[in-house]
Amino acid sequence: MTRYTSVTDADLREMLAEIGVQSIEDLFEEIPAQLRLARPLALDHGLAEQEVFEELRALAQRNVSTDDEVSFLGAGMYDHYVPALIDSIILRSEFLTPYTPYQPEISQGGLQAMFEYQTAISELTGLPVSNASVYEGPSAVGAAGYVAKLDNGRGRFVVSRGVHPHSRETLRTLSHGWGIEVVEAPLSEGVTELPALDHSVSAVIIQQPNFLGVVEDLEPLARTAHDAGALLICACDPLPLALLRSPGECGVDIAVGEGQTLGNRLDFGGPSFGFFAATQALMRRVPGRIAGETRDVDGKRGFVLTLQTREQHIRRERATSNICTSQALNALAGVIYLSWLGRRGIVELVELMIQRTAYARERLAGIEGVEPLLEQPVVREFAVKLDAPVERVIARCREHGVNPGYALGTDYPEFSDCLLVAITERRTRADIDRLADALAAALAAERPEYAESGAQS
Amino acid sequence: MIRAADDELTIYERSKAGRRAFAPPALDVPERPLDELLPSALRRSEPPRLPEVSEPEIVRHFNRLSKRNFDLDTGFYPLGSCTMKHNPKLHERIAALPGHAKLHPLQDPSRAQGALELMWRLQEALSEIAGLPHVSLQPSAGSHGELAGVLLTRAFHENRGEHRTKVLTPDTAHGTNPATVTMAGYEVVKVGSDAHGNVDLDDLRAKADEDVACLMLTNPSTLGLFETGIEEVAKIVHGVGATLYYDGANLNAIMGICRPGDMGFDIVHFNLHKSFTQPHGGGGPGSGPIAVSDRIEPYLPRPQVVRRERSENGATPYYDLEYDRPKSIGRLRGFQGNYGVFVRSYAYIRSLGAPGLREVSEVAVLNANYLLARLRREGVLEYLPAAHERLCMHEFVLSGAPMKRELQIKTLDLAKRLLDYGVHPPTVYFPLIVDEALLIEPTETETKETLDRFAEIIAEILREAREDPELARNAPYTTPVRRLDEAAAARNPVVRQPL
Repeated sequence: MTRYTSVTDADLREMLAEIGVQSIEDLFEEIPAQLRLARPLALDHGLAEQEVFEELRALAQRNVSTDDEVSFLGAGMYDHYVPALIDSIILRSEFLTPYTPYQPEISQGGLQAMFEYQTAISELTGLPVSNASVYEGPSAVGAAGYVAKLDNGRGRFVVSRGVHPHSRETLRTLSHGWGIEVVEAPLSEGVTELPALDHSVSAVIIQQPNFLGVVEDLEPLARTAHDAGALLICACDPLPLALLRSPGECGVDIAVGEGQTLGNRLDFGGPSFGFFAATQALMRRVPGRIAGETRDVDGKRGFVLTLQTREQHIRRERATSNICTSQALNALAGVIYLSWLGRRGIVELVELMIQRTAYARERLAGIEGVEPLLEQPVVREFAVKLDAPVERVIARCREHGVNPGYALGTDYPEFSDCLLVAITERRTRADIDRLADALAAALAAERPEYAESGAQS
Repeated sequence: MIRAADDELTIYERSKAGRRAFAPPALDVPERPLDELLPSALRRSEPPRLPEVSEPEIVRHFNRLSKRNFDLDTGFYPLGSCTMKHNPKLHERIAALPGHAKLHPLQDPSRAQGALELMWRLQEALSEIAGLPHVSLQPSAGSHGELAGVLLTRAFHENRGEHRTKVLTPDTAHGTNPATVTMAGYEVVKVGSDAHGNVDLDDLRAKADEDVACLMLTNPSTLGLFETGIEEVAKIVHGVGATLYYDGANLNAIMGICRPGDMGFDIVHFNLHKSFTQPHGGGGPGSGPIAVSDRIEPYLPRPQVVRRERSENGATPYYDLEYDRPKSIGRLRGFQGNYGVFVRSYAYIRSLGAPGLREVSEVAVLNANYLLARLRREGVLEYLPAAHERLCMHEFVLSGAPMKRELQIKTLDLAKRLLDYGVHPPTVYFPLIVDEALLIEPTETETKETLDRFAEIIAEILREAREDPELARNAPYTTPVRRLDEAAAARNPVVRQPL
């Protein structure tokens, strides 16, 4: 008997007798004999609970977490503080262990939480319709592209080079199946420069703030897209939306994004959640679950999954998406987090990040060998140019317990000498000063070597 | 919004200007005017209207909400094709360790060796369970795995210069299968079932031609039956050059007993939130890794977790993310997949080992067959006959058609009455080919006593219906709300709080 099953020998005898077979093997007799595995699976034997804990703890200890170094890594996921109340709520079995709420009478807690989440996302994005979550940020961009395809049937997406490289690649992967071409719009001075658009363009896709951390001016981009009859899709970082003009106000048709920064841990990239919000006109094309208000037979308020005729289990091959299980628990963490921050708190948090980021920008720009890549407004992330190989500088900083950021050249050959630095509220002035010192020391250490190796080549 | 009782208000209805839960860390840098840093033209005039509530209120609000949910840790949840098995508590403790939970996804692989090794070991285990040599952990859920599988199929055919247009799905398929086919740019062609609940081989032969890219199949099927002609199915599909795709929603029936790879499947997806105990979270997170054969491997998504022998000292294995995959279909999502789910699923596989995993499937099938036999003994099958008189696998399908005819209660009414007995209803009205269907999956973690009790409850509800069908028709009575008007919700959608 495993730890999680409970059939005693006596149970087994009685159960087999009730079924009318001799043995468990008899239950599998419909499986052709030649297909039955004649050996045990080649896996290690099972372990006791404490042994499993020790083994997986040992694996965890071989990772360098954001508790183990002062990390300025961002580029899509950010080391924000996750308040204690989130775990205490989402670990409640009533939220942790139910399935998708197919029986609304016994799922009002989850459904109402979805409704409250949708309201918060609608407020942040300035768009009236939010679904209950999609997988994560980059696939949300793909999902938005699919809605544009369903909406206007055109054959081309124009995606800004300021959109996260993972989002652009995911969009390409999916668009190939739909037969849609993806073309890139360049960045100029760090912001999206749209080419002339014709009527073959289904959607223009941008990111706010963009991958370089720069705040885009959405309204002119929306005008250009709409003049060509295309939709404007914006992948947004949700926290900066506390201060920035909302996508809806600027004319964005679909706002999506990565929800990790809203109360979800890093988890080496997942699970987090993606959010998806759209205009009223697109409501019946939105993918995935949507909770809606209604009444029960006694007239009492309640919530249900609504507009289900969009969905795969009803509409099958004519569904607006194939998504089924998404990220309900992570979205729940999101709405708890947004309630915790509250209307004033979210502004105060983002203002703090802007001030510390401005300090960091100035502090780093004062180091010999560091130059700002751009001067445009940012919220919590910015790029700097280094006069030494970025990977080597990163490696040197790590030796001093500082992870200085992301090597932009990984995704942007044109910025191969640049470092992308993220400042969350967990990074204090002292941390930023430590980054500056580590960076200055690393650059100084690289300088003679760099000149030498340059001279040899 | 409809007015609600005080203890059922939304968080926005509890909001009061000036209340707060969050206090920001002190500003420790020289403050600059905001206009200098972020011009007012880029700023919104009003902050988003998030609730203004204190921490005690937030906690109480969500705790109260939680009590309006039924959950697996409280009661029996025989939701067919969803594998609602126990979620071991150990897994949450492990997943929360900072080395797992606070690891940045772009951390250099040399500093994430534990995570990458865990992923590699999970790939190896899933590969062995599927009987297919290569695994990608990237897809986020079952339907995402399906989409990966069909896009892999497309890449496979295109690489051979073929442009096929159709994908076959049986009439018993999950809705995600045909929806996936459309999203991958193919046309759906439905294949019928025969009198025994198997794929109708004649229909399959008639529809399998050189235009078919793939057949998507669930085995055991959504009828809970093993596809006995699977080898012939594979022969027909491969005979026209198509791939065979395994929907792993029902893998819980066959772990360690038989393997999709040995049956001839080219691509398999797993639902780690079903067979491998990731808690379902009320609708996710999940994870949908895929296993594939050699001929599909070149197209797997990027990046792939690989194990390398370290070149300098040879001996130490080094785990890495491989991006240089020229034939790859590309990414399906950000970063490396739902790592937190991998941690829990790998812990489960380590807890059980090979004999334990086999026992899972044995007991899952034992429990399902026992429950079917118990329902028969209770006389339930007279009104709710099994869709097929065969040994079932880990789940089975009953038809409520005679019950509807003779007792004047529908499957929906039975389901709603079950709520009053503290049991989550089975999946209802699926699969579509069975009239008034109930799809019942008890899972291996339920005791014999729970199954006995369930059989007795169903019999009791039928007895009630014989006396007064209105009882079930108006159920439930004891739940936080009673039957809800879904039609009104869809007709006049209110999908956010008006503020």
